[in-house]
Amino acid sequence: MCSGRVDLGFMLRAFSNGVDGVFVGGCRLNECNYITHGNYHALNLVLLCKKILAHIGMNPERLSIAFMSGGEGIRFTDVVEDFVQKVKAIGPLGKAEGMGKDQLASRLEAVTRLIPYIKIVKREKLAARLDSEAAYDGYFTSDEVDRLFREVVSYHIDPQKCQACMICLRKCPVEAIAGGKKQVHVIDPDKCIRCGACFDACPPRFGAVEKITGEPGPLQLSE
Amino acid sequence: MDSVEGEAGDFSVTLIKKPRYVIEGKCTGCTTCVEYCPVEYPDQFNQDISSNKAVHIYFAQAIPLIAYIDDSCLYLKEKKCRICEGVCKNDAIDLHQTPQKVNLNVAAILLSPGFDVFDPTVGGEYGYGKMQNVVTSMDYERLLCATGPYEGEIRRASDKRHPHNIAWIQCAGSRRVTPGNNSYCSSVCCTYTQKQVILTKDHDEAVACTIFHNDIRSYGKGFEVFFQRAEQLPGIRFIRSFASIAREIPESGNVIVKYATPADGVKEEEFDLVVLSVGLNPPADAKELEKKFGIELTAHGFCKTRPSNPMETTRPGIFVSGAFQGPMDIPESVYTASGAGAQCGERLDHRRGKLTRAKLYPPERDVSTEEPRIGVFVCHCGTNIGRVVDVPSTVEYALTLPYVVHAQEQLFSCATNSAKEITDMIKEKGLNRVVVAACSPRTLEPLFRETLREGGINQYFTDMANIREHCSWCHSKEKEAATRKAKDITRMSVARTAALEPLQEFDLPVNKAALVVGGGVAGMTCALSIADQGHEVYLLEKDADLGGTARRIHFTLDGQDIQAYLRDLVRKVYRHPSIHVYTGATITEATGYVGNFVTTVTSERGRTQITHGAAVIAVGAEEYRPAEYLYGEDDRVVTHLELGERIARADEKVIHATGIAMIQCVGCRNEDRNYCSRVCCSHAVKNALKLKAINPDMDVSILFRDMRTYGFNEDYYREASNQGVRFIRWEPDGKPRVEVAKADGRDVLRVIVTDPILDREIAIDADLLALAAAVIPSAGAQEISRFFKVPVGPDGFFQEAHVKLRPVEFAADGVFLCGMAHYPKHIPEAINQAYGAAGRVLTLLSHDIVTVSGSVCEVTEKKCMGCGACISVCTYGAIEFRETRQGKKAVVNPVICKGDGLCNAVCPTGAIILKHFTDEALLSQIDAAIEEPAEAH
Repeated sequence: MCSGRVDLGFMLRAFSNGVDGVFVGGCRLNECNYITHGNYHALNLVLLCKKILAHIGMNPERLSIAFMSGGEGIRFTDVVEDFVQKVKAIGPLGKAEGMGKDQLASRLEAVTRLIPYIKIVKREKLAARLDSEAAYDGYFTSDEVDRLFREVVSYHIDPQKCQACMICLRKCPVEAIAGGKKQVHVIDPDKCIRCGACFDACPPRFGAVEKITGEPGPLQLSE
Repeated sequence: MDSVEGEAGDFSVTLIKKPRYVIEGKCTGCTTCVEYCPVEYPDQFNQDISSNKAVHIYFAQAIPLIAYIDDSCLYLKEKKCRICEGVCKNDAIDLHQTPQKVNLNVAAILLSPGFDVFDPTVGGEYGYGKMQNVVTSMDYERLLCATGPYEGEIRRASDKRHPHNIAWIQCAGSRRVTPGNNSYCSSVCCTYTQKQVILTKDHDEAVACTIFHNDIRSYGKGFEVFFQRAEQLPGIRFIRSFASIAREIPESGNVIVKYATPADGVKEEEFDLVVLSVGLNPPADAKELEKKFGIELTAHGFCKTRPSNPMETTRPGIFVSGAFQGPMDIPESVYTASGAGAQCGERLDHRRGKLTRAKLYPPERDVSTEEPRIGVFVCHCGTNIGRVVDVPSTVEYALTLPYVVHAQEQLFSCATNSAKEITDMIKEKGLNRVVVAACSPRTLEPLFRETLREGGINQYFTDMANIREHCSWCHSKEKEAATRKAKDITRMSVARTAALEPLQEFDLPVNKAALVVGGGVAGMTCALSIADQGHEVYLLEKDADLGGTARRIHFTLDGQDIQAYLRDLVRKVYRHPSIHVYTGATITEATGYVGNFVTTVTSERGRTQITHGAAVIAVGAEEYRPAEYLYGEDDRVVTHLELGERIARADEKVIHATGIAMIQCVGCRNEDRNYCSRVCCSHAVKNALKLKAINPDMDVSILFRDMRTYGFNEDYYREASNQGVRFIRWEPDGKPRVEVAKADGRDVLRVIVTDPILDREIAIDADLLALAAAVIPSAGAQEISRFFKVPVGPDGFFQEAHVKLRPVEFAADGVFLCGMAHYPKHIPEAINQAYGAAGRVLTLLSHDIVTVSGSVCEVTEKKCMGCGACISVCTYGAIEFRETRQGKKAVVNPVICKGDGLCNAVCPTGAIILKHFTDEALLSQIDAAIEEPAEAH
């Protein structure tokens, strides 16, 4: 496993569990023993996650990434020590941000549910391998993340138009579509990852799947 | 080494093994003895800057990682002390060991004694040993290192302060003919200095760094860019000047360096610290080696080798690798080691595998229907863990965790008896999963996997909780907190382990044949070595004849006749019964993976499908066709290869020329090609010397940017200069111009260049102009790279798996690399690398099977939405789309997958998973980081 294996879900899960800070460690940049250089992906993901944390009102400094080799024990302790001091200074999760426990939990849960959607929409940027560490700074912008959540799409099957043909149902990668032959299909919003596979699959002559952009959701936090 | 008798194929060698005073089989490297040892003496590994104990481990990565006792031991000197015996819990100390005579019967001998660092006290001119703040680059290397004398802080000896203004003096002991110095270039110092500068700036951005140099010799792969990286850092000055140590300022300990620049003349400047970039000497015991092994040395004291085989000493059956050949960098050392190994293999092939025994394991128990039954083994690591972490209480705690049915402490979990204890417990308690709470999995995980196999359960049912590096070592002063943390780490590990699944490593058969792509010197040498060890080799050459670039080279700097050598090589290849040559060959398709490739080739023999277990990419490189300096417009402008050919055929215009000019760095070290072609400086010197031999009165001028005649070629550079070859330096902003002109009624090419020392333009009239045209990647490189799914680097040359550690392998298993396909190189270097690749190929082909890791990625087809995110992040090309009735679906080839899991992190639906590091296992571990309140259970 490479640090590039670290998933958005891991970081958010840790915060959901109530930890005050999350530290991600990777090998030194440009010193990959393979050709993977996955630590750049880890960096990219951490920077995106910081923007997401900021979006939901959390202090992004609660998340940190550093790169070091297995031989740098002293650096490891120094970096962790620094981070612990920083998190202590920020204060307890939620409290320091002026958020109640439930509010924080619901926001983190909402973001966690959108992870598949984020991976779809930001696929290219998440896969990008930029030239240098500095190039990742500001690669994901706050505006972009705000827009991402503002313009979240959702899909809905119009029961009037649905021909119950099973095409979208079979296509759905997460089995979020209920129904059967001659039984109008329905998308389970709890399971849906908003990938749009059903929208693409529904024959144009039926046009039963509707795409709705910017549905009011729990992440409209701007006001 | 005491003595060698006999001959190649049957040497009898006598060794004297010095006592270690520590029983290797018993010592676990816990270092308790080191801590209690009362004798402090200078730490040799840290250049005597800090101190170590009489009993110690040589350095942090020593192999084996166990202690030894030095002559400074009180018992050995005065029969006192014996504290180490008392504190060693494993009874590993044996102060009564005596030297052992070991007799070996071997077929071949490989010498790799390395080099010794130049000693700057010899001439006394560098102030080293007299001025505290003059250090060698080796001293400085240790100062920079986290395991160094000041734990990675750069401090100077006089006042232990951090220096803020450091100077490096290049070529300390090198490129100088004065007694005590070496006339050759040490090859590695320019780049290691740049590395030290970069690391210094990493330590402290504010440090001013000044490098006094004679030429920047960034001739290696990636070195030019590395130099630019160093040069562009703030506060860095590279000053081209000879520099000497003038004096020390007694009050501050600062050092005055004297140097000269064209603009300011002679100057003196004060520095806090001066680093001497010391060069490479032959090993101190070279003379002794010469006598004992019956080999010969060169005038410089390095090992004498044959030009056609730089790894062969003058005595048959004795080979040499590494810097005993001459100054070289890590990658070359690594591939000469592999190459010399291959040549030993040629002599031992008939006995290959005769002494190996297959290990037998009990059948694997099927635990699929069982609940997890976890055993936790908490290691004391002598006192490394035990004296900080309360091990018994951690054991007690482990027993309260879900699925844990057994927990115990162990003194050293890695000791043989402890492994036995684990396998016994697996059987006795019916354990189906094991957590070892000890150290980092980095070194010992394979050992514990082995232990599980011996216990009859799947080897992937284990996890290591690192309570040493991540706990006891960093919390030695907070015992209670450390114990709590050890419990947390163990709890997390138990949670993950419960979610682990059994994985199968699978064995692939290995096709015993090799494919070598490219029939130049590298390809042929590699093919011969593989074929000599009993393997069929298919050798592909795109041209009608074998030979590659060497066909255009007639002699080397050392005077070797390349055409005669080549004829001999080609004859050997054609006569070899196991080498099948395909000329006029083009690859049309290549599929498969390690051990099982299928490559389709069209050649003069028609269309052939070749099955092979390994492939070697040796497609060479090409000469750049210049677009500058009137090349192609005026037939008096030629490249160095063309000049060499003209010299060889005694071309009238060359022989009777009054003046010949040469311009270096044509088509490289520029924006288009930001690399150095490595060979051209020596190439120019070679042609210049040849011209001077033909007509000593001929005016030969070489217009260069940096003369990069590294290694022993420096002697020829000096020789050329002595013979009156003019060396004129130019800088990129004062690039030479070439005009057609008349001088005294003679038609000439007029080369105009700005001399940076004179700071004005000078003109040179020549009858012929030779251009050092860049060496550029082979035109077919891109296509080959696609066929074999191996990368090319930013310069278009093939990119090895690891620049230093795996210089002849690709990240894709089963595909290897040598010769100029990797980077421009001289013929002896290509031969070194070709044998090196052969050695790696043999390591693969000598096995009947290859084992593929179980921890690879896998796609759940139903969940795959065919978005291709996984494919775009996989650097190995292990994932492809497959058409199904539900559209495109990703599929992983587990043989190619390296198990990094990048795909897993970008997959939106969780369709692709990295086995052993699944979301389920890792999230369980994350959840367990927080101790759940009792009611949550």
